[in-house]
Amino acid sequence: MIEFQNVTKTYGTNVGLQDANIHIDKGDFVFLVGPSGAGKSTFIKLILKEIDADSGKIRVNGIDVTKLSNRGVPKLRRSTGIVFQDFRLLPKKTVFENVAFAMEIVHTSQRTIRRQVPQALSLVGISSKADKYPSELSAGEQQRVAIARAIINNPTVLIADEPTGNLDPDTAWEIMKLLEQINRRGTTIVMVTHAKDIVDRMGKRVVTIDKGHIVRDDREGAYEYDV
Amino acid sequence: MSTMFRGIRYALTQAFTQVFRNRAMTLASVFSITAMLLILGLFFILAVNVNMMTESAKQQFDTIQIYLLDETTEEQAREIMENLEKMPEVDGTTYVDADQAMVEMKVRWGDNAYLLDTLAENPFPNSIRIKLADLEGSATVVAAAGNLTGVKLPIKDNKDMVQQILGITNAVQTGALVIIVFLVVISVVVVSNTVKLTVLAREREISIMKYVGATNWFIRGPFLAEGMVIGCISALISSGVISFVYYKISELLGLQIIRFTALVPEVFLVKNLVWIFLALGVSIGAVGSIISMRRFLDT
Repeated sequence: MIEFQNVTKTYGTNVGLQDANIHIDKGDFVFLVGPSGAGKSTFIKLILKEIDADSGKIRVNGIDVTKLSNRGVPKLRRSTGIVFQDFRLLPKKTVFENVAFAMEIVHTSQRTIRRQVPQALSLVGISSKADKYPSELSAGEQQRVAIARAIINNPTVLIADEPTGNLDPDTAWEIMKLLEQINRRGTTIVMVTHAKDIVDRMGKRVVTIDKGHIVRDDREGAYEYDV
Repeated sequence: MSTMFRGIRYALTQAFTQVFRNRAMTLASVFSITAMLLILGLFFILAVNVNMMTESAKQQFDTIQIYLLDETTEEQAREIMENLEKMPEVDGTTYVDADQAMVEMKVRWGDNAYLLDTLAENPFPNSIRIKLADLEGSATVVAAAGNLTGVKLPIKDNKDMVQQILGITNAVQTGALVIIVFLVVISVVVVSNTVKLTVLAREREISIMKYVGATNWFIRGPFLAEGMVIGCISALISSGVISFVYYKISELLGLQIIRFTALVPEVFLVKNLVWIFLALGVSIGAVGSIISMRRFLDT
């Protein structure tokens, strides 16, 4: 569950987000679209408390983010998984270790890690690559590893920041199928994207941001904004 | 298995992996810190030995000999001794008559003692040897003894010599302390730079750790352990080198027939040095890494 109430964030004279209100329910699948610099990144950074809002109220998974102290940030981030356009895998760790890493951070026992990592790798469809290094994988496979890492600790929200931006259309579509599958298991997904065809084809909720304002919020929407 | 223990084990495993992966950098900083500790150890040994030498010198100078006038009888001398022994600064007194003084001198001259036989008469006056309870009380005792009748003036005391020795000791100790502090500061800077390089090399990893929800202490742990491991290795190497050198020096001096300077026993010194080096090395490593991490964990 993510809720923004009259949230404003400015950078000097530039508006990041202006008086934004949004409500995302548990299990929702939301596309966040809009031109570059419209405020999509600000939106995501606010959810993760990478930056603080100037005013307004933000709640994520029952945590009041605007009142959260820095000490509480790790707890917030453990309840949200994140996937980036550039994958951000650790090059010196194998696929297995990259995923296990996210569990070590929350002090999971080795026994649990050995049991759950293969399950996650199998879910994203790269079980056979467990011992490979990221450089030995294709872009699509790397993104699957990143997704496995993001969901390994069972977050309630998965944030995907242009996850298909570096992928060819076929691979991108496979990743979308995977995200949909994860969504069906009950994980809320917020995905920032510029890929018009994907948004149109998926037929999910679409939130359009422009110049810091939420200009549209359509259930089963399509990618429509005028540049 | 508690999470605390798991966290410590994780940090140590990571630290050893890092130390091994960045062999060149680790080696460089181990080398620098070892060099620091070696210099530091030399000053430590110097300070300890100077200290011991002054202690033994103090013991040599803690007796004052007062000479008696020729007309002073032994009875009067006993009186003088009784008076002196009442003073708290005085540990004890011995009466040395002229004949005994001659005997002592002959013993000291050894093979050349026959030269003394050529003397027509005994040139030595009767004297009283005062053993001081404390070197600092020397001036008081000299003043008091000067006021007693039958004592030959002036009394030669070792005040100047003692002052000089105390001055040298203080100078050496202060100097050593200043240099040690200076070296420790340099070592901290060296470690913090090394760890900063590993931190920079792992900046990406740190940012990912933050996204996945790692606490600051979890992120800091491996780097802290890395600094401490570097400090620990340096401490072990430098105590090994110092011990070896010190044993060799003692051995060399031991071979000399006249051992003019007594060194602090090796075992005692080495045992202390190892602990001092370990404590210093580990704290230098820890402080160094915490300093270098600060910037990265501010957000």
